[in-house]
Amino acid sequence: MVKNIKLIAVVFLVIVSFFILLKGLNKTNNYSPNLNSSNIDFNFKAKFLYSNEETTLYELINDKDFSLINIWASWCLPCRDEHPYLLNLNSLGKFNIIGINYKDSEVNAKKFIKELGNPYSKIVVDPSGVNSIELGAYGVPETILINNNSKTILKKYIGPLDDKKLAELKMIIKNEN
Amino acid sequence: MKIKILVLTIFYLIVSFNLSNAANSEKVDQISKNLRCLICQGQSVYDSQSDFALSMKILIQNKIDEGKNDEQIYDFLKSKYGEWIVYDPEINKNTVLLWVLPLILFVFGGILILRKVSIK
Repeated sequence: MVKNIKLIAVVFLVIVSFFILLKGLNKTNNYSPNLNSSNIDFNFKAKFLYSNEETTLYELINDKDFSLINIWASWCLPCRDEHPYLLNLNSLGKFNIIGINYKDSEVNAKKFIKELGNPYSKIVVDPSGVNSIELGAYGVPETILINNNSKTILKKYIGPLDDKKLAELKMIIKNEN
Repeated sequence: MKIKILVLTIFYLIVSFNLSNAANSEKVDQISKNLRCLICQGQSVYDSQSDFALSMKILIQNKIDEGKNDEQIYDFLKSKYGEWIVYDPEINKNTVLLWVLPLILFVFGGILILRKVSIK
């Protein structure tokens, strides 16, 4: 009888741990926040890079149907890689691309834009990183696609843009229209 | 006499100002210890010196200054980063196993021991 119980216990434990691990296998990304709860704080306050005026997200995302918020920094190497993609997206004329300059010096940020071109319609600075946290960002680079009319997050990319993400972005706005 | 009172008042103001400041940053430490640094491995926001964690601490301080309580700050961060950011998972259908399994094992072990003892 005791032997039986031991056996049952072991089998039970093995089965339970098997299913726990199996469940864990299917869940690959713990890190992605729930997009449906896309409650952006539009009262977000930040200063422009090229002037000292303060603005809010509401004012930033008013023209065009879609806004693309891109968090970048001059010290961030992947941002350099993704810059051509932003220029490409800007040339489509369908996005209002907003840059958030993350924990950067003003001089370096301006140099970066001068050197690589400016895909942004507006650039705001985030010297303490607090604005990015309020947007739910992890670091640089990060890109958030917003539908300006419904004021919702459509897509969020953590890490630099690439060919695949570019194609996906184009697909999303095509389907939304 | 007047000077004495003046000196004492100033002393009192300085001390109380420092104390309230210290209490505030203690609060930040307390909250950030319960938050997972999402871009670090196995560190809390309190332990980490990454850009993410540093910004997070400033944000918590700002929220405290705005008069938000702990619960509101946790809820705010959960709405931005999901349940994963807090170390203390809530009981819901995804985490029920996590909470119940130790209990089951405890009871099961107890039964095993009881049986062993009663057989002897």
